[in-house]
Amino acid sequence: MSLIEKINKLAEGKKNLRFMEVCGTHTVAIFRAGIRNILPPNVELVSGPGCPVCVTNDDFIDKAVAYSKIKNVTVATFGDMLKVPGSNSTLAEEAAAGADVKIIYSPLDCLKIAAENPARRVIFLAVGFETTAPTAAATILSARKAGLKNLFFLSAQKLVPPALKMLLADSEVKVDGFLLPGHVAVVTGTKIFEFLKIPAVVAGFEAEEILLAIINLLKQIDEGRTEISNEYKSVVKAEGNISAQNILAQVYETVDADWRGLGTIPKSGLRVRDEFSDFDIEKIMPLEIKSVKKNTACRCGEVLRGVCKPTECKLFGKACQPLHAIGPCMISVEGVCAAWYKYGTLKF
Amino acid sequence: MSKKITMAHGAGGKFSADLIKEIILPAFDNEYLNELHDGAKIGKLAMTTDSYVIRPLFFRGGNIGKLSICGTVNDLAVTGAVPKYISVGAIIEEGFDFDALKKIVNSMAAAANEAGVKIVTGDTKVVGKDQADGIFINTAGIGEIIEGVDISAKNVQAGMKILISGTIGDHAATILSERHGLELPENIKSDCAPLNKMIFEMLKVEPKIAMLRDATRGGIAAVLNEIAAAANVGIILEENKIPVRTEVQSVCDILGFDALELANEGKIIAVVPKNSAEKILAAMKNFDCGKNAAEIGEVTEKFSGKVGLHTNIGGLRIVDLPVGELVPRIC
Repeated sequence: MSLIEKINKLAEGKKNLRFMEVCGTHTVAIFRAGIRNILPPNVELVSGPGCPVCVTNDDFIDKAVAYSKIKNVTVATFGDMLKVPGSNSTLAEEAAAGADVKIIYSPLDCLKIAAENPARRVIFLAVGFETTAPTAAATILSARKAGLKNLFFLSAQKLVPPALKMLLADSEVKVDGFLLPGHVAVVTGTKIFEFLKIPAVVAGFEAEEILLAIINLLKQIDEGRTEISNEYKSVVKAEGNISAQNILAQVYETVDADWRGLGTIPKSGLRVRDEFSDFDIEKIMPLEIKSVKKNTACRCGEVLRGVCKPTECKLFGKACQPLHAIGPCMISVEGVCAAWYKYGTLKF
Repeated sequence: MSKKITMAHGAGGKFSADLIKEIILPAFDNEYLNELHDGAKIGKLAMTTDSYVIRPLFFRGGNIGKLSICGTVNDLAVTGAVPKYISVGAIIEEGFDFDALKKIVNSMAAAANEAGVKIVTGDTKVVGKDQADGIFINTAGIGEIIEGVDISAKNVQAGMKILISGTIGDHAATILSERHGLELPENIKSDCAPLNKMIFEMLKVEPKIAMLRDATRGGIAAVLNEIAAAANVGIILEENKIPVRTEVQSVCDILGFDALELANEGKIIAVVPKNSAEKILAAMKNFDCGKNAAEIGEVTEKFSGKVGLHTNIGGLRIVDLPVGELVPRIC
């Protein structure tokens, strides 16, 4: 029996089920494989808040834009952040207007940029979840060791488990199971998700692995179990990557953090500890930023909680397209709206 | 504030298309340009030009010099022409290494030799430090259109087959890996190569090939979307038939890219009459640059203007025109 036949059989006679894929990479993988349109009608996949760019607030972009305009400042960022609109501008527009904005792949690239440009202040836009945060922390440790004095962090790094806790407590959010993010779980391990108390499975990113994870969720429901299953055993361990966790704890402390669309979530953000505050650009060069609340019909916030499908937003595909996006979910390559637009809107 | 050019305008996707539509075409409007093929057809001649800016300048499988000759040769060949003469313009940054330049020029000569074209005129300019990135090269080329051949979107019809000349994404995966410090096994290198001799043989076997495109920026996703739109047909691909090296797929998985959108520098898409697909494929496979050629899909009446993909697990999804630059994902 093929995987999809197994899913059909397990889903037969069940109520409508909603499974949330938390991670943006899963969202894209699901669309690329065309999984949504072969699932039985009573099994629905909804996307969650697992795209770092999407959950980053406007005022972070505004700060980044403001820093990029300062003389002798280089902003180093993941490419995804370039086109995200703040109140008035994007980093791409600032780069076109003359700001020095460098695209990097790994935070460690910042070490080289800073060393080669001693007269410039290099500011790394630290966004991302548990997956990227250890490398960012290692960058700070290396910079300290190398005596680099011109590398700084503007940080909005976030933790996934507190966001899931918040979603479960939200009465608007209706979810029967989670596809947990594989990359994040490599670092965190699976144990940390045990508070969920609904069926959940850590999934890989191949089409077949995602289908296996869905089968796992359906079986749990069938048998009345609520476990944190691991279908990505080759790389994910129950306790996670201890040395990555230690580096995180050494450099960062957890603080309450603002998530776009989800509001303030307790203990969900990472802040550079006081002993590393010489790397914190907001301490070294504080800026007063007045973010202007934009009055748009953008429903990114609801999309990120899985309570609204991208297609239910009246801007979707019209005023808001990848070419001229209004919300960040339409910009990031792993944004929910961008994935729906790119792969999901055109019916064959 | 007046709109500014961003990097996305140079990436060959929707932004580039808009740039051409909004600024270039209205200014230069004429029947040759409006075809928007890789090269213009002027009577019995074909003409094309392209500029090459690439970082790193030297990469596994080639360098900017080889690229600048192969690119222009291939652009002429997919117009249905035999490439003949090439011009070269180089903009060189002050301080550029003499030996590096020699290496670049020598590989241009080697590529021209392989393709059977002559570099007949050229120009060099030197600009100050930081006013260029090492070296920029522009090449233009002239070729003679092969008698009886008419490569044009208007000839594309439902039922025709889609061929690819080999594994996709090798060039982009090589460049991206070098940029992002990923180690690739030895056998993965840029596919940069002149394809004119293979294309000549394909056209000898079947002069009625409807369309040929060099699948460079934006990959086969961009090229097939452009063909579908220009010919007002649908195109359906079969994922399991598209040749992708495992290592290239791994690079895609790590960085979050779709192999269909990765640039190639030695791959063509051909839209061919159904009945001659087999013999054209056989002709392609006689060449090193075509040894992994495959039939990957077909033209349909349905889904006009769109490209779809039957996935390995039995799904069907749209293959959209890539938007903007390829940027690695964050996690």
